[in-house]
Amino acid sequence: MHGYLLFVGKRALLMFAVIFFGISAMFLVTYLSPIDPVEQVLGRLSARSNLSPEAIASTREALTAMFGTGQPMHVQYWNFWTRLIQGDLGASLMAFPTPAMELVMRGMPWTLGLLLTSTVITFIVGNLMGGLAGYFQNNRFFKAFGIVTMGLQPIPYYIVAFIILVIFGFLWPVLPISGGFSMDVRPSWTMPFILSVLQHSLLPAFSLVLVGLGGWFIGMRALVSNIVTEDYVTYAELAGVKRETIVSGYVMRNALVPQVTALAMVIGGVFSGTIITEQVFNYPGMGSLLVDAVNAGDYSTVLAVCTVSITAVAFAIFIVDLLHPLLDPRVRTE
Amino acid sequence: MTRDSKPDLLKVEGLKAYYQMNYYGVEREVRAVDGISMNIKRGEVYGIAGESSSGKTSFIKVLAAAIRPPLKVVEGTVKYEFKNGPIEVTTASKAQVEDVRWKHLSYIMQGSMSVLNPVRRIGRTFKDFAQRPLGLTGAAFEARVVSHLARLKLPPEVLKAYPHELSGGMRQRVTIGLATVCHPEFIIADEPTTALDVVVQKEVLSLIRDIQKEMDSSVVFVTHDMSVHANIADRVGIIYAGRLVEEGPTRQMFFTPRHPYTAHLVASLPRIGDTTQRPALEGRPPNLADPPQGCRFHPRCPLAVDKCRQEVPPLETVDVDHRTACWRWQDVKPLVGSAHPAGVMA
Amino acid sequence: MFAVFRDLIRYNLEFAIGLVLVGIMVIFAALSFFSPVDPTLIYMAIPDQPPSAQYWFGTNSRGQDLFWHLSAAFRNSLGFGITVAVLSRIISISVGLAAGYLGGWVDRVLMFINDIFVAVPIFPILVLFYFVLRNNMDSFTMALILACFGWPFDARLIRSVALGLKHREFTRHAVFAGMSTRKVLLEEHLPYVMPIVFSTFMNNMLWSIGMEVTLAVLGFTNINNPTIGTVLYWANSHSAMVVGTWWWIVIPVILIVMTFLGLFLLAVSMNEYIDPRSRLRRMGA
Repeated sequence: MHGYLLFVGKRALLMFAVIFFGISAMFLVTYLSPIDPVEQVLGRLSARSNLSPEAIASTREALTAMFGTGQPMHVQYWNFWTRLIQGDLGASLMAFPTPAMELVMRGMPWTLGLLLTSTVITFIVGNLMGGLAGYFQNNRFFKAFGIVTMGLQPIPYYIVAFIILVIFGFLWPVLPISGGFSMDVRPSWTMPFILSVLQHSLLPAFSLVLVGLGGWFIGMRALVSNIVTEDYVTYAELAGVKRETIVSGYVMRNALVPQVTALAMVIGGVFSGTIITEQVFNYPGMGSLLVDAVNAGDYSTVLAVCTVSITAVAFAIFIVDLLHPLLDPRVRTE
Repeated sequence: MTRDSKPDLLKVEGLKAYYQMNYYGVEREVRAVDGISMNIKRGEVYGIAGESSSGKTSFIKVLAAAIRPPLKVVEGTVKYEFKNGPIEVTTASKAQVEDVRWKHLSYIMQGSMSVLNPVRRIGRTFKDFAQRPLGLTGAAFEARVVSHLARLKLPPEVLKAYPHELSGGMRQRVTIGLATVCHPEFIIADEPTTALDVVVQKEVLSLIRDIQKEMDSSVVFVTHDMSVHANIADRVGIIYAGRLVEEGPTRQMFFTPRHPYTAHLVASLPRIGDTTQRPALEGRPPNLADPPQGCRFHPRCPLAVDKCRQEVPPLETVDVDHRTACWRWQDVKPLVGSAHPAGVMA
Repeated sequence: MFAVFRDLIRYNLEFAIGLVLVGIMVIFAALSFFSPVDPTLIYMAIPDQPPSAQYWFGTNSRGQDLFWHLSAAFRNSLGFGITVAVLSRIISISVGLAAGYLGGWVDRVLMFINDIFVAVPIFPILVLFYFVLRNNMDSFTMALILACFGWPFDARLIRSVALGLKHREFTRHAVFAGMSTRKVLLEEHLPYVMPIVFSTFMNNMLWSIGMEVTLAVLGFTNINNPTIGTVLYWANSHSAMVVGTWWWIVIPVILIVMTFLGLFLLAVSMNEYIDPRSRLRRMGA
């Protein structure tokens, strides 16, 4: 029990360090940039006449409060954190007067849903297939599966998503390629809406799964082909322990420990992939919001998306880390 | 000893097992086991000795019916006469081998640190290994395991522990328990005492001996440590470069070795009160991918003559149960006088 | 070194295919040095011509000969990938060797920092950089930023090798002979980690070029600099798939897939080759 608490403490420390470091980096990027963010943004805004004067005034107020020009760095840094902790990053410029944080919170369930389902599917399928391919090394089906997924793995997220978009958008239009749900259903907890959401999430999730599978497949196959030479596996085979028990309880079970550690390490990267996929499929999550905000020069929303992403990823990693001691009894007693 | 009256449990004839490999265009054939014949009787403890990479591990892999590529049996037979019928492991089907595993033929693997699944409780491992061969379930199975563990002086709580929570000696006793819980007729023990400290070693040895006597099983005991053989084996066989070079009753092997290699192994044992410096054996064991002509020991043998370099010596019977493969066995003298080897049972 | 190459080509199909693919792409990229047109200029050729004898890869809606344009784009992207890989290798070697060899609190601190870098999602930060710098964000700035985030995985790998080297006989000899820590690391340990450095080099290139493509496609880089990503950006902004100039999309995508597969195969086969277990099997031990 003591070992478990120690482990959780260490991981929590890491989580806070990641959030602290990531957000400080955000501050530094804006602080050290040769261009004054406030003036740069406002300069570009005043060139556009379709924005109301209140919107511009409100942005100026929020930005000066955060990056208060003329004040020493540590004061600005302090102000920056104070606003962040209050969750107040000012009103969004694109959707004035909606607070930027509210926009992010609206997008978050979509992104997290996509991230969660695709990660779970990818992790399970990739590891299962990789593990079986590592154990049954001469099986043709697993070999073929491996070649396909490994071929897809190095291709950038964007290209894979784009190829899928072309296939399902132009060549074989059977699935919706854009949006989070159909225009003709109203967002509510009803069957048609849920079905529509699922249908719309298929392609984005599918493209994320395709790209992600290869990594897990390769990792698990390599791990398993090492573990099958471990003494405890050879010994169990010598003892005539059932095949299924050996594959699941001895080989895969042991390979799962490093794979869960790896899961924590790739979440950040998968998050980036989700953002890109959303953009390709016009999915209403944080990724699309980020791109729109950049194009609209909406400083508050860009900062809000970045802050929430860093925090969410750090928290997700922490949750995955908590699984580790449950899988590996050695961590618990250390 | 009444050994002679007992029937053979294992018959090995002309066994050849090679590693055949091909990596990046380099083809290799390692003749790990190159023509070994021997019999082991019911209720006998047979010690196998030899340096590392002498082929002894490959040999017992074949005995344990654990033959898998790149190891391949090229020639010969390995036949067991179990109570439920005979089995020839080099040709037996998978199902036939499964049938005798653990119930009749069991194995104590080298390195107790790594033979237990680190993420499984000991109790689960016992279930995986022994439930099917024992044919017991639930409380009956549990009771059987607990009573067996008690015989090994292990508390029942061990079943709830993970391997890393046990000490080295306890873990070794657990693996012995795992291998013997089904009361097998034939136990193969591969270096079960290496890497243990001397006190635990002694305990483990007497444990194996006790269990063997109680169940009247045969044990093949593999170790490079001659003093362990002196303590436990009825007969000892010496393997050098893939061949059996000498076998005989333990006392004879220690006091009147008939092969220069055995004489050397025995001489290198420490003896109480002996302070003379012993000569080390020159050279290295031969490369099994390209073994020397004739007697494989000749490059390192102090007695080697021309004949040894050209002709392979046959395994000749020189005394009751005592065979050796040496052209000059009559000239082999024990390297040390009559000082008593430490621990040899009188 | 030459013998290793020969063996790999002869007995490792993956390596041979990877080498051919990467070789083709490198030659293609190198052709840009002999380009008859400046790839950054527009309306130098008749727009929207399908592939033909005159324009092998066709021309795009901006009047660029796609063959020469793509050649320059691949040169820029490969150069970008190599820059990031070299810079991030320097960081990962320094951190990995120092953490592994020095151990103790240095190791703990470095690995903690390492874990932080692994966990921070880089994409939003890159976007923020672009948002702040706008057109001041040239390829080199971006390469620097990516290099700052591209080292932690490999540093951990190098550290694990360095940990093993620390207790080896030759290290102790070097230390007793009075070698400075810096010298021990550079002269004694660096050669051992070089194989890892090479194989992670390709993986790192894959990652950084992929990031560049992603940012460029969204328009978040200097879109006037021809790269793999900006080619796709312009194709998208001219709705190439919709108006029927399919070659503007299909040809770059095929070339990208070739490049990525080639680099990936090289990394995988080299990884297998340097893996100590497969090396043992090769030597027959």
